[in-house]
Amino acid sequence: MKSAVIVFPGSNCDRDLAVAFEAATGAKPAMIWHRDTELPDDIDLIGVPGGFSYGDYLRSGAMAARSPVMQAVARAADRGAYVLGICNGFQVLTESGLLPGALLRNAGGHFVCRDVALTVENAQSAFTSRYEAGEAIRYPVAHHDGNYFADDTTLDRLEGEGRVALRYAENVNGSARNIAGILNEAGNVLGMMPHPERVIEAAHGATDGKRLFEGLVEGLLARA
Amino acid sequence: MKARIFVTLKGGVLDPQGRAIQHALGGLGFDGVNDVRAGKLIELDLADGTSDEDIDAMCRKLLANTVIENYRIEKVA
Repeated sequence: MKSAVIVFPGSNCDRDLAVAFEAATGAKPAMIWHRDTELPDDIDLIGVPGGFSYGDYLRSGAMAARSPVMQAVARAADRGAYVLGICNGFQVLTESGLLPGALLRNAGGHFVCRDVALTVENAQSAFTSRYEAGEAIRYPVAHHDGNYFADDTTLDRLEGEGRVALRYAENVNGSARNIAGILNEAGNVLGMMPHPERVIEAAHGATDGKRLFEGLVEGLLARA
Repeated sequence: MKARIFVTLKGGVLDPQGRAIQHALGGLGFDGVNDVRAGKLIELDLADGTSDEDIDAMCRKLLANTVIENYRIEKVA
C-alpha cells in the first residue's frame, strides 16, 4: 500500500500526518514537495496536511491549490485514490475544486484552538467505516478560517447524498449547518477542519482519530 | 498597462473582519457606521495588449474565489 503526504511551504502538520499514515499502513509515506508534478502511479492514499501553506496569501489554500502537485493529486483522485485533506488541506481541496464550497474566516473572528465535540454523520464512507453513525467523538481543531460556506442548493445536495461526514456538535466557527467535514461525490475525497492525526495514541491524551486511519487502510486492503 | 482588481465578498457572506472594523470605529467614537465590508485591491502591471479575456481569466482562476467573492476590473491607462 502506497501513501503520500503533500508538503507545501508553510505546511506544519505534514509530519504528524506522516506518523499517522505510517502507524496505520506500516510503511512510511512518500513526502511530496509542492513543485513535483507527478505522484507514483499506484498511489493509494494522499494526505493534504494542515498548516499555513504560502502564508495564507490571497486566501487560505489559494496558492497551494494552484501548485503543480495539486494537478497530480486531482488526477490521482480521478483514478480513485483516497485523498484526505485536514485543516489547511481542506481549504486547499475546496480552492482546487475537488470539494465544493469555501472556508471563510471564523464567525467569531477568533482563532479557535481546542478539542471539539463532533458527530459522525456518515459511517459508510471509506474514511469513517470504523465509527458508528451518530457516534460522538472529539478531535482537536486549530484554525482561523474554518467557517464552511456553500449555497443552500449545494448544502441540500451534500446532506441528501450523505456527503456530510462529520458535523460539529457545538457552534465552533459559524459553519453552515455545523459542517466539519465533507466528501466528494465519489466518496474518495474527504476534507475536514478537525485534526484526527493529533489523537491517535495514548500519549496524545485521546485516540478518537486512530480509527479513521485504520478504517482507511482496511478499506484499501479490501479493495486490493 | 495597469489594471486594478477589486475583490469583495458576496452579499450573503459573513465578514467578521468588517464587523471588527465597525466595532473599532464605534470605539473611536464614530457613531452611525451602519456596516463595514472589507475587500481587497490587487494592482496588476500588465504587458501592453493583454486581452480583457486574459484579465478576466486571471480573476476567475486565482484572484477571486467566485464561490464567495465578486470582482471588478478597472483598467488604468
